[in-house]
Amino acid sequence: MISTTASEVAFDSKAAARRSFLLVFSCTVIGALAQILVKQGTAQLGAHHLHLTLGQVLHRPELFVQFSLDMMTNLKLFIGYCMYGVNTFLMALALKGRELSRLYPIIALTYVWVTILSLFVLPDEHLNFFRTMGIVFIVGGVSVLGLRK
Amino acid sequence: MKTPLSSIILVLFGSFVGSFGAVFLKLGAEHMQGSLKRILNNYWLATGIVLYLLSSVFYMMGVAQGQLTVLYPMVSIGYIWAIVWARLFFKEPFTRSKIGGLAAIIVGVALINLGNA
Repeated sequence: MISTTASEVAFDSKAAARRSFLLVFSCTVIGALAQILVKQGTAQLGAHHLHLTLGQVLHRPELFVQFSLDMMTNLKLFIGYCMYGVNTFLMALALKGRELSRLYPIIALTYVWVTILSLFVLPDEHLNFFRTMGIVFIVGGVSVLGLRK
Repeated sequence: MKTPLSSIILVLFGSFVGSFGAVFLKLGAEHMQGSLKRILNNYWLATGIVLYLLSSVFYMMGVAQGQLTVLYPMVSIGYIWAIVWARLFFKEPFTRSKIGGLAAIIVGVALINLGNA
């Protein structure tokens, strides 16, 4: 018979907590990489899809259908979407028996990674004082959402 | 280069649609029953997934143009909708931290827009 001492249980839950922390942290990195791929993929979709406005799309559903079909044949979008899928699966693993709200501060890091990666990888991106402060406020805001009180 | 307002509106609209996706997924999870057949027949779940897919198309139409450093942070507005729907549909109370977080997110999104000049 296997008996578990109290200290072993404590160690176990600590290890589980560390595991879910690491999983969610990886999710933020994978998610940010997926965002970059999605941005690059949509930029490849062709000039006729640029300058779309919400009004046009709502009035002419065929524009929406055409865009959706073109999305499906773009490799970068496909890889980006697969990464979303992997992310969702990893998140579900990480959150098993754990509260999502306590992990918000880590999840909010995605905004930081997307910004940094954009600056390094994408053309025409830049930061300024307002944008940087905007990110700080958003990360702070998302982080406190899950607090108890 | 400035990020066009049309892109910002598409991304914001996408996150609005996506927030309803979350509501239906939650409804679906509450009606979740064991067997695979039951899960496939769970219309709440299916509606939630369809709304998520629709929202991602709007998001992609938005990011096709403009800067990701401006557009991606706009997604955080989705949290605002989520908290409001949670209050309306699931009677989840507004807490002090939710209101504080909400305010900070709104200020953050406003600052990003200010920085888009």
